[in-house]
Amino acid sequence: MRTKKIKGLKFGLLSPKEIRKMSAAKVITADTYGEDGFPIEMGLVNQRLGVIDPGLRCKTCGGRMGECPGHFGHIELAAPVMHIGYVKLIYRILNATCRKCGRVLLDEGERKQFLEEIERYRERQEDIGTVVKLIFNEAAKKEVCMYCGEYFSIAAEGLEEDMSTGAVSNKLKKRLEEAGFSISKKALLKKDMDNKCLFSWRDALDNDGEQLRKFLMDDFGITWAKNATITKIQKERRISVSDGKKSVEITITAKKDRITIELGDEVSYELPVKKALGKLNIYNYKWEIEDGEKVYILKRVAEMLNIYCGERVRRIKYEKPTTYKEIDEEGNERRLMPTDVRERLERIPDEDTAYLGMDSKSARPEWMVLTVLPVPPVTARPSITLESGQRSEDDLTHKLVDIIRINQRFMENRDAGAPQLIIEDLWELLQYHVSTYFDNDVAGVPPARHRSGRPLKTMAQRLKGKEGRFRGSLSGKRVNFSARTVISPDPDIDIGEVGVPEDIAKELTITVNVTERNRKLLSDAVQRGKNHPGANYVRRADGKKVKVTDINYETLAEELDVGWKVERHLVDGDLVLFNRQPSLHRLSIMAHYVRVMPGKTFRLNPSVCPPYNADYDGDEMNMHVLQTEEARAEAKILMAVQRNIISPRFGRPIIGGLHDYITGIFLLTQGVKNFEKEAVLDILDNVDVDDLGEPAGTYTSSVYEEIPYWTNKQIFSLILPKDLDLQFRATVCEKCIEKGLTCEKEKCPHEAYVLIKGGKLISGVIDEAAVGSFKGRIIDRIFRHYGEVPAKEFIRDVSRLAINYILQSGFSFGISDEDIPKEGKEQIREEAVREAEKNVDLLIRAYEAEELEALPGRTVEESLELLIMQNLGRARDEAGHIAEKYLGIENPGVLMAKSGARGSMLNLTQMAACVGQQSVRGERIRRGYQQRTLPHFRPGDRSADARGFVRASFKDGLSPTEYFFHAVGGREALVDTAVRTSQSGYFQRRLINALQDLEVKYDGTVRETRDTVVQFKYGEDGVDPSKTEGGKVVDIDEIIREEIEESA
Amino acid sequence: MGDKKEVAKDLSNLGIDNEMAEQMQEEFILSELTVGRDDLLEVGADEACTDDILRMLGREEEGEIKLCDIEAKMNESPIPVSIKSELREKLRTVRMKLNAANVDAVLKRVEREYEKAKIEPREAVGIVAAQSIGEPGTQMTLRTFHYAGVGAIYITLGLPRIIELVDARKKPSTPAMKVMLEKEYAYTRNRTEELAMEIEVTHINDKQVSKIESSIDDMCVWLSLNTRELEKRYIKKEEIEEKIRDLDVLIEETKDGKFKIHPKIKTYHELLRLEGKVSNMLVKGIEGIKRAIVRKTPDGEYMLYTEGSALKKVLKIEGVDSTRTTTNNILEIADVLGIEAARNAIIEEMMNTLDEQGLDVDARHVTLIADAMTMAGDVTPIGRHGLAGKKASVLSRAAFEVTVDNLLDAAIHGETDELKGVTENVIVGQPIRLGTGSVELLAKSYGEMTK
Repeated sequence: MRTKKIKGLKFGLLSPKEIRKMSAAKVITADTYGEDGFPIEMGLVNQRLGVIDPGLRCKTCGGRMGECPGHFGHIELAAPVMHIGYVKLIYRILNATCRKCGRVLLDEGERKQFLEEIERYRERQEDIGTVVKLIFNEAAKKEVCMYCGEYFSIAAEGLEEDMSTGAVSNKLKKRLEEAGFSISKKALLKKDMDNKCLFSWRDALDNDGEQLRKFLMDDFGITWAKNATITKIQKERRISVSDGKKSVEITITAKKDRITIELGDEVSYELPVKKALGKLNIYNYKWEIEDGEKVYILKRVAEMLNIYCGERVRRIKYEKPTTYKEIDEEGNERRLMPTDVRERLERIPDEDTAYLGMDSKSARPEWMVLTVLPVPPVTARPSITLESGQRSEDDLTHKLVDIIRINQRFMENRDAGAPQLIIEDLWELLQYHVSTYFDNDVAGVPPARHRSGRPLKTMAQRLKGKEGRFRGSLSGKRVNFSARTVISPDPDIDIGEVGVPEDIAKELTITVNVTERNRKLLSDAVQRGKNHPGANYVRRADGKKVKVTDINYETLAEELDVGWKVERHLVDGDLVLFNRQPSLHRLSIMAHYVRVMPGKTFRLNPSVCPPYNADYDGDEMNMHVLQTEEARAEAKILMAVQRNIISPRFGRPIIGGLHDYITGIFLLTQGVKNFEKEAVLDILDNVDVDDLGEPAGTYTSSVYEEIPYWTNKQIFSLILPKDLDLQFRATVCEKCIEKGLTCEKEKCPHEAYVLIKGGKLISGVIDEAAVGSFKGRIIDRIFRHYGEVPAKEFIRDVSRLAINYILQSGFSFGISDEDIPKEGKEQIREEAVREAEKNVDLLIRAYEAEELEALPGRTVEESLELLIMQNLGRARDEAGHIAEKYLGIENPGVLMAKSGARGSMLNLTQMAACVGQQSVRGERIRRGYQQRTLPHFRPGDRSADARGFVRASFKDGLSPTEYFFHAVGGREALVDTAVRTSQSGYFQRRLINALQDLEVKYDGTVRETRDTVVQFKYGEDGVDPSKTEGGKVVDIDEIIREEIEESA
Repeated sequence: MGDKKEVAKDLSNLGIDNEMAEQMQEEFILSELTVGRDDLLEVGADEACTDDILRMLGREEEGEIKLCDIEAKMNESPIPVSIKSELREKLRTVRMKLNAANVDAVLKRVEREYEKAKIEPREAVGIVAAQSIGEPGTQMTLRTFHYAGVGAIYITLGLPRIIELVDARKKPSTPAMKVMLEKEYAYTRNRTEELAMEIEVTHINDKQVSKIESSIDDMCVWLSLNTRELEKRYIKKEEIEEKIRDLDVLIEETKDGKFKIHPKIKTYHELLRLEGKVSNMLVKGIEGIKRAIVRKTPDGEYMLYTEGSALKKVLKIEGVDSTRTTTNNILEIADVLGIEAARNAIIEEMMNTLDEQGLDVDARHVTLIADAMTMAGDVTPIGRHGLAGKKASVLSRAAFEVTVDNLLDAAIHGETDELKGVTENVIVGQPIRLGTGSVELLAKSYGEMTK
């Protein structure tokens, strides 16, 4: 099937003509439904605008409900009104154009420059708004129009009698064209054009020497060198022109009745001024031009020297929301009614709209002032029938009712010759309704409300915001074939699987085409009907959809034939998408294989929790059933869990062992443990191993039997690929090298140096660094060298190995595991806490005695606080160390923390030894009462416990004040999280929006939609982070080592 | 040939100085000049020494690989610079154990690995980058402040800092600089401290420098200076006196070392104005740098951390190493050092911020963001007023923020949405043109299609 593809979308304004053209009906009546319950003719739910009632047919297209997409209608507005979205723009345009001729107030030079600029922006597909803004600013600076005056003076020349009629006679037209003018109809057709023509000098001269030269040559017969430049502009009327060698001064003097033009001291021209051609005004002098012949020259002089003729520009004032006022020379304000505004906008010639950033084909300025209002089809504003049988109309319909009512009243009043005041009031009201119809949330306009007081949701409100049309219904929608329920763990299913409750499997379907090969299978499914691996619907060859019911299942199963389609239930092995919100990265949606199970929850292997950031404390997840073959293929290849073991964020596995898996594998591989065959087989239960290999040795039993045994490291090695070589440091590593000590490597007392050679674990203990999510060096290596399937299988085997062992050996962590012997407690209290408190007291005393030295760049108070914080921080650490010593490495808590399974030493310290200082904004707690935190303390007390130091451990229990301080600190953490989620959410949305279109092209560059190059080579080396090991492309060390070994 | 002999002679005279040999090596590689055993013997070098010299130069005979050969081989290789430099370094250290064939084999393997790791065309790298930076955002702390060591400077970190970077703010909430010094200064504490004072701003009324009082009795401003503090800041009393004199007022020193400053017009108003003027006077340092703190790096080098930033002025100061001194104000860097430097600064700052939070993010993602922000030649922010707001597509902009305004403007400008991006196509219901969606293929059928 070839579907049509949308190549592009063009935006523009609707012209009144177009609105009328696309209208299916003119709407006059403000009512919706009549007494009989049917839509009223000419009303707002006119049947020609589409149908929303079942059974009725559209009077325009004849379609029934659901078939007819709806059709636009229109309202003829009695008087033009402003489009509220464009009031600002209209204001700027009014200020930037001539009130008489409508031209944009830019001289030729500026025009050329800006046009080029606009062109450049267009070419680069950048927003031309910036240029347009500049144009508006530049044009609004102008005082006098430099265009219209010309038209007026010429028009005035021949035909005074024509002026009165307002029409341009052919005679005049001809003369103008002879004079070399292009005729702007608008400028000449103006009725109120007066004969007055004002000339005034401008102090600036267009830098165009060419023009001047030409003028001088044509009219005065003077030539000079080509490279002549105008160097100096003196005052208003003297211009000096130079070609580098000699300079000519042009002086234009205006005397009482003549204008003199002098060029150097050679030529001088005098132009008498006479009445017949209207009055001229050069600054404040007035002349009457005498000699008609010379007008032309005079005009050229004027043109040349930017002698702007005509209208002084009048400033426009804009008053929110929709009022414009014109200020004349005397400072009087006159309101411009929408009709005036529209007339002015109409006058702007097509070629000038470009400077306003408009394209006159898709948007003429005057279209921003509405004379006709389109009425959206009823399908876009459906009414709802309430239970009571009453109809409740859409907000837009309500608004349209208002508009029509006022419109009607306006016409009636005007026709009846009502006083201007009333007309203006009604006009204002009409404007209000049309404004709020477009946007009900404009500053300065009180929002239109529903009867209940709720503001109406009009056009803009429908589009805007998260639930608006764009973000709510176009960028994201609700979908079919999806399910959502709570997740719960199932370590026995594969990481690439998801356990789907049977109830869900029966509801969600996959449409399958019946072929010769699957007919039997599908027929059986239909036969089973709604019993699990069944089918819900059948689509016959003629396209008719039939529900499989208790009554018809047998016949349907019988009739089922090639060409039919069956909507069968979800079964094991189907591919679905699984997702948990917030979908922060692409690993939040992955493809899983279905396993239909009893129960009501989705079952998920705990190892896949990290990419989803899921846990089982009530999290819900979504499932989407893929409906097309293409989707399934893509999901299988790109989105399968196993393909996404490596996170593209940092190039390390994000899926791996966690919690008990780490503990288990740690316990198994720690130290030297020997297992007899039976034990080995127990541990290897369900693990994909078929050869135990040679035993490590034999025991001699009590009956002198040689009993073979295998070591723990051997057992672990069984699940490693046979030729894996790897070395790294485990999580338990004490970072000797960083401390300046030497690493003892294989002989490390903590077994932190993991060495794997030839698929055998030689030394080291397996913990988070080896198989954990986010770190998992072994997983990383297997994924890269052996592929995704071995990696997935390794994760599975490690998990099973770990679980089998931990089940066998047992592992628990209870409150008694936080116990510290008496002497330990004593030591913590004395050596750590009391010591620190003593120091703090000393510091405070020193401070009070004003003996405390301030730290550089700090006040004494700040220094004191810093030192106290430091001391107390050290106290907690100290307590932690003591606690660690007494708990010992065998302590399950310590074990979990050290191996990276769960928790940290800090957590343990707080539980067993000392909770430590509570802080708000990184400082000790100090707010509450005046000078003190709680009434339990003296005002001004700066001691440790008065400022939120919790010396107890969680196990001991907190004193009331300590408990309070802890709650204070805890609340900050809560607030922090709440603020953070919203902030980071928005941050990410912005990032995604800015970068989403970037793509690597076939030439290796990264470009965006305009083909602008962002990077010449992605990441400077063209390497995909998800194909690296933690950002590293190759392990050069290893390659060299291997090469040396090989050649040796 | 003469050159060669010269060089050989030099070498044999030098004996075998490691450092020298290393240097010459480098030069040889550049000049592609080969000095052989014969050359050395010819100029009368000790036969026993020649081997050593040659080895030092990476010019071993037979079997062992020569440095220049490694270089030559690497030059032909398509692997990126970053890998090359690492490889060069590592090959050099184990050169003794390798022959040409080995090096070839290593290179080939590295090349193969690189080929395997290359990004595929049509990959939606932008989205991946955005997700990679955005996703850990939730894990970052919101706690704004952090101080590197006691008494040092507060710096905004965590999510607020990242947002700040991406927004391309005019001024970061906590501007700060890292000032590195030139060799002559960097190893003596005194000179460093002197420089610190040169940079740190001191107003007359600062901290413990002085006490300023105005008395109505004698209508003058009294300025008493803390000489100890002044000494500490290397400020001479005369300098201050001079500066006050520049205000065009009468100043006299009393016996107890105080200054008595008379206003020109003896009114209360004028007195107050004078007091204000005097106390706001800049005595020393650079405006905008509130504090400069001396630190010692692990390399034993002294450097300065400053609170406040004024890159341009600091770089001008004698003794400041302008190649290593930096600020956390990206726009300042763009202004002073150019857009490429700003790009690097964005990468650097982001990576450091992420690192500090213990979050692992591949540099390539950060690089892409920095490049996107700087590709226009200025530092463009990410949000509504930047990249996201300047996109070519109307629909995409409308879907992001300020929906209505974007649509109204598009209508006026008669814009056309070419539907090349992601959001646009999602909105109109078409496959997006990224990744698999961008592959356009029409199958041409040969012969009859089976029904």
